[in-house]
Amino acid sequence: MSLSLDQVQRIADLARIELAPGEAGQTRDQLNGIFALIEEMQAVNTAGVEPMAHAQDVAQRLREDRAVETDCHLAFQQGAPEVEAGLYLVPKVIE
Amino acid sequence: MINASLKELSAALANKQLSSVELTTLFLDRIGKLNPALNAFITVDGEKSLAMAREADARIARKDGGPLTGIPLAHKDIFCAEGWRTTCGSKMLSNFVSPYDATVIERFKAAGTVTLGKTNMDEFAMGSSNETSFFGPVKNPWDTATVPGGSSGGSAAAVSARLTPAATGTDTGGSIRQPAALCGLTGLKPTYGVVSRWGMIAFASSLDQAGPMAKSAEDCALLLNAMAGFDARDSTSLERPAEDYTRDLDKPLAGLKIGLPQEFFAAGLSADVARAVEAAIAEFRRLGATTVDVSLPSMRLSVPAYYVIAPAEASSNLSRFDGVRYGWRAPQYGDLTDMYCKSRAQGFGAEVKRRILIGTYVLSHGYYDAYYLQAQRIRRLIAQDFVEAFRQCDVIMGPTSPTVAFDLGDKAGNPVQMYLSDIYTIAVNLAGLPGMSIPCGTGNRGLPVGLQIIGDYFGEARMLNAAHQYQLATDWHCRAPAI
Repeated sequence: MSLSLDQVQRIADLARIELAPGEAGQTRDQLNGIFALIEEMQAVNTAGVEPMAHAQDVAQRLREDRAVETDCHLAFQQGAPEVEAGLYLVPKVIE
Repeated sequence: MINASLKELSAALANKQLSSVELTTLFLDRIGKLNPALNAFITVDGEKSLAMAREADARIARKDGGPLTGIPLAHKDIFCAEGWRTTCGSKMLSNFVSPYDATVIERFKAAGTVTLGKTNMDEFAMGSSNETSFFGPVKNPWDTATVPGGSSGGSAAAVSARLTPAATGTDTGGSIRQPAALCGLTGLKPTYGVVSRWGMIAFASSLDQAGPMAKSAEDCALLLNAMAGFDARDSTSLERPAEDYTRDLDKPLAGLKIGLPQEFFAAGLSADVARAVEAAIAEFRRLGATTVDVSLPSMRLSVPAYYVIAPAEASSNLSRFDGVRYGWRAPQYGDLTDMYCKSRAQGFGAEVKRRILIGTYVLSHGYYDAYYLQAQRIRRLIAQDFVEAFRQCDVIMGPTSPTVAFDLGDKAGNPVQMYLSDIYTIAVNLAGLPGMSIPCGTGNRGLPVGLQIIGDYFGEARMLNAAHQYQLATDWHCRAPAI
């Protein structure tokens, strides 16, 4: 398998990472090198093997539905790039 | 004092031979002197450390201390620590001061340890040489032209150079064991779910596990006693009765069955490492253990499967870094999407971006089954190999890393070469098993070689027993670099 420049650009768009002009070519070559390593998996017959998502075979714990955390938004927003009146500011999304 | 074990330090503190403030000052002074050449620490804050030391001394004075009270430790900069800058080795978090403590930090605080500082690491724990850190590479104290390993390279270098008695690390594909091997330390990755991941910045959540890095197995056991335990805030934390990991240290090794996977000793293993590992196994036989050949036929697929699963989980975990709630925001941007794209392009380094792109691709429509599900099926095959092997043995042994420490810059330009340096450690994370590395000799250029010990699920005490008995009979773990 080999990625095209368009595919690399598409993946970068999905990942919300801007590629600088000229960066796509080098990124493609490196990704293709890594995919060559990954391709080794494809030859293995895994029919009937249950995918393993987690190291321990345990069920998700549930707890009572009640608020346990205290309001820490002031402390948490100390590190935010732009905050006003307790809200995180971002460029206008809705005109 | 800088070479003392935790037990010795603890006794000295309890007997008032020295105070925690004196001990902390000693290590802060060493950090001040030696860190500029090693770059093992990203953040040091002597005032904060000494305040913790004074508190520990007060606890000891009112006989309210435990076995770790007053002992200084360094923490990998992946653990959120309240009031401390917590960067994860990234420009993305270069100004992030954590508003809360990770559970690991909280538990060490409750035990009365002193935080000496936050150690350097590969960016977001993605790397095997500590060269991907935004804060520059760490140098291996044994030879500053070589890498300390990664991703917990700062913790490894700091313990090795005796800038701290011990440190914390995290291990997603070998990030405790490989740097421990390359720096001549004892490092332990527990069974997945034994140590809480809460407040530990996530890389690949189904693989990440925190553990101790220290000078000996005994020190690691004491540290693991403080780190391990159920935490309701981590949904993958296991509800198990508390264990004393020191309980089996003194048991003799007679009857211990060691499995030797042929795959660990095949082509690709450097001759100097093979010699030291084989000598160590011979020593275990002298101590009363027996060996049996086992096979892990799917292990060769662990690197490919890992480089699908870990990036897939990373691409999802790292989507939180969007320049909105914390972390780097690009100074100039157009609309919201442009702000995301530019902030992430500027905030992440090359290796992190590569892994996010791989992860995004293998999870995208049309490729999920072929890559992600296939990798998860292979993960099952690898885990089953270990189940089979552990029917015949108590622990598995082999090399931790195929070579001793390599030169800085040697593999930095070749991601695939770098990935293959974790060929013996990755399978353990995929299976969720505990593993450790102990120093077992020297190889080329006199650099340390690590012996990997892999335990069955929850077999930490048994691994520590084997390691401790070996360390009673040998002195590789006592050797320190001339720095």
